[in-house]
Amino acid sequence: METRPDLEARVAKPSASSRKIRGYAEVTHETESGVLEQVVAQRGRLERRLASVGAVIAIASGKGGVGKSAITANLAVALADRGARVGAVDADLNGPSLGRMLGLLGARPLDGPDGLVPPTGSRGVVGISTELLLEQDAALRWRGPDGDRFVWQGVTEAGVLREFLGDVVWGELDYLLVDIPPGTDKIGRFLDLVPDPAQVILVTIPSRVAVSVVARSASLLEDAGVDEVGLVVNMAGYTPAGADEPVPLFHGDGAGAVSESIGLELWARIPFDPELGARTDEGDPPGARAAAAGEALRGLAERVERGPGGRERAR
Amino acid sequence: MKFLCLACDEVMTFAERQLPGDGTLTAVFTCSSCGRDMALLTNPMETQLVTSLGVEIGGRTVPEQPFQQTRTSLESPREDALAPPGTDDAPGPVVWSGEASERLEAVPRFVRGMVKRIYGEYARERGIEVITPGVMDQARSDLGLESM
Repeated sequence: METRPDLEARVAKPSASSRKIRGYAEVTHETESGVLEQVVAQRGRLERRLASVGAVIAIASGKGGVGKSAITANLAVALADRGARVGAVDADLNGPSLGRMLGLLGARPLDGPDGLVPPTGSRGVVGISTELLLEQDAALRWRGPDGDRFVWQGVTEAGVLREFLGDVVWGELDYLLVDIPPGTDKIGRFLDLVPDPAQVILVTIPSRVAVSVVARSASLLEDAGVDEVGLVVNMAGYTPAGADEPVPLFHGDGAGAVSESIGLELWARIPFDPELGARTDEGDPPGARAAAAGEALRGLAERVERGPGGRERAR
Repeated sequence: MKFLCLACDEVMTFAERQLPGDGTLTAVFTCSSCGRDMALLTNPMETQLVTSLGVEIGGRTVPEQPFQQTRTSLESPREDALAPPGTDDAPGPVVWSGEASERLEAVPRFVRGMVKRIYGEYARERGIEVITPGVMDQARSDLGLESM
């Protein structure tokens, strides 16, 4: 049994759990590890780099296979054809395709002292992609200890995306388009780096499954306070040769109904255009010059130009 | 991260970082009041987590280079992915000795431009006109470039 003196001695000497230790916020001293300061410096570098960009525009979906990269490439070209200075970032580090679509494959970024000078592709669009850094057909793998890669891989990829945005010598650009990979978490990762993109374009196809995923992305963007979000419905019908009217490719709702159900303004309804697909795959996206989809892409480019950060808004 | 000496209620200051080469990391912090040292030891996965942030415990010995994290993280980059820097990338009178150039040639091309810049700036800041293997060794030691 504990005696009275023992009890008094124990109470008088605080245990490790009860003694007062200054917490992180109470220690008003710079972090000696220097970690926070370095992270802040990285953010500062990113902000300084993007200061010369008129508008950062994310093209996202949440769903894979809806044509985000093709729309990014064709929108970039459509804007460039209107005289805009356009850059593009392929944020899909693991499944890159934007470099190929912009005709950048085989081009080499210049290893300059202030950053990588991006190569120039179709119609003067400059861009960066892991596709330019990897051997052809090589899978993306990061150096690090084997096992439990999931613990650190996401952090590494966020750091690499930060460099894609902030360590490329973009120069003066009107628009920097960022092709966001599938997954709503990837939209969140982008917003961690660029919390206030001028515009976000969410791409869907009329399939109900795709629409349900895109609705989640729209919700995430709303929660994040992103004001300017537009919807693009891709593969919205196909007009076979000799036919007068387009036929739907999916058993979903029409573009207008999709837009209404998600609660986003419809910025473009892009019909399936085999020629556009073939030319984009070859690194020569036609943009507004596409036969079937050109008019819709022209409209999308005009909407972007009128939107926040757009050249027409600035005039 | 902050380290507090509980005996003195003083912030411990960063003193030293060691990378033994097995993926682990040792960072030493000292209490300026009582002089007590403590070592932060991280296993390879914990070290990788810090590396993934693109930071160095205790602060950087040289400024972060453009694309440093990408260059040092990609497992199998295309060796000739980047066009080499132009002549304006190496201002000043610093020249590379034959042996130093050979050693630089052994550095993977994907990171060579970055490594060359770091050694060049080291030499220029110290008024060294010729970069030799000895200068490279000294720079590695002075700048804590254990991984380069």
